[in-house]
Amino acid sequence: MAKRERPLSPFMHYRWQYTNTLSILHRLTGLFLAFGLIALVYWLVALAGGPEQYADAAAVLSSPLGNLALVAWSLSFFYHFLNGIRHLFWDAGHGFELKVARQTGWATFIGAIVLTAIFWTVLAVQMGGAA
Amino acid sequence: MAQFRLPENSKIRPGKTYKAAADAKDVRSFRIYRFDPESGATPSVDTYEVDMGKCGPMVLDALIKIKNEIDPTLTFRRSCREGICGSCAMNIDGVNTLACTRASSEVKGDVKIYPLPHMPVIKDLVPDLTNFYAQYASVKPWLQTRTPAPPDSERLQSKEDQEKIDRPSACILCACCSTSCPSYWWNSDRYLGPAALLAAHRWIIDTRDEATGERLDALEDPFRLYRCHTIMNCAEACPKDLNPAKAIADIKKMIAERQH
Repeated sequence: MAKRERPLSPFMHYRWQYTNTLSILHRLTGLFLAFGLIALVYWLVALAGGPEQYADAAAVLSSPLGNLALVAWSLSFFYHFLNGIRHLFWDAGHGFELKVARQTGWATFIGAIVLTAIFWTVLAVQMGGAA
Repeated sequence: MAQFRLPENSKIRPGKTYKAAADAKDVRSFRIYRFDPESGATPSVDTYEVDMGKCGPMVLDALIKIKNEIDPTLTFRRSCREGICGSCAMNIDGVNTLACTRASSEVKGDVKIYPLPHMPVIKDLVPDLTNFYAQYASVKPWLQTRTPAPPDSERLQSKEDQEKIDRPSACILCACCSTSCPSYWWNSDRYLGPAALLAAHRWIIDTRDEATGERLDALEDPFRLYRCHTIMNCAEACPKDLNPAKAIADIKKMIAERQH
């Protein structure tokens, strides 16, 4: 009798805990930031290309979709940055106790949102002052 | 590459429902993964209604009750029923744990029970652990020495040195940690996984062991060790409250430090 191949047990139903959730977020934000780098290069090239090109780029980035992308990129940056610090401590052998890992995880998540809010508030105030 | 979908022969079809007796008062549904290698059918999830008024508190109690009273074909591993043998490791309510130490009351709603994730299934809740055990053996989990033993005593170590290996020695090889690790799901052919690496670390830090360098050499590999991305599902899953993630980080640190 031919041996039947054994089925693979399901795995995608594994519960989303702070551990795997924050880990996949670190990867996704890193990926998203790579696209942000392309946008940054686009902006810099436009800047070097003269006033007309720059006006075009500024219009793209200040459109509602452009604004949304910029906020998403800043949020990704702050999350990736803070979680990167968390990884740095792990690499040095610290912060593995479950209680500490949970606390630093929440701090990273909330910290990223708070820093993004502060960043855009300061930016809005400064731009308002300049106008 | 990471594969997110189950192969065709592993897709789950709806299963049977076994109703509780009409006079049962405190009924709970246990939704359990079933696979019969002899039927030729793909896996299914059967639902068993259990009268909790006549059932012990642990998930394992419910499994045994189902096997004894409702469906004798239900297959699972169990032995000690007190969290020391590691046989009844399975995925309960989305996380890996031991059926004997997880109370049914800890689970909200239906109790969903699957085999340990991303493993070949032999039957029902019994996964094939051959590769897992081979990986454990590959880290040579025994004392290796070069110097002759003292003629009149055992190889002694201080109380402090013993305490370093006391906790990791409590590992029961249930495989809850390794099969909770997404990195292990997708690279278990080359990544050793949390359980084997925790064991490797236990021997690396053993002051009596004299093969530390060789042990680190064997682990210094992009896959065997460095597929660990500090997700920490392993430490969350461990029913013995061990911390494989910390042990793996320590191995990485020792390899980094010996370069200088």
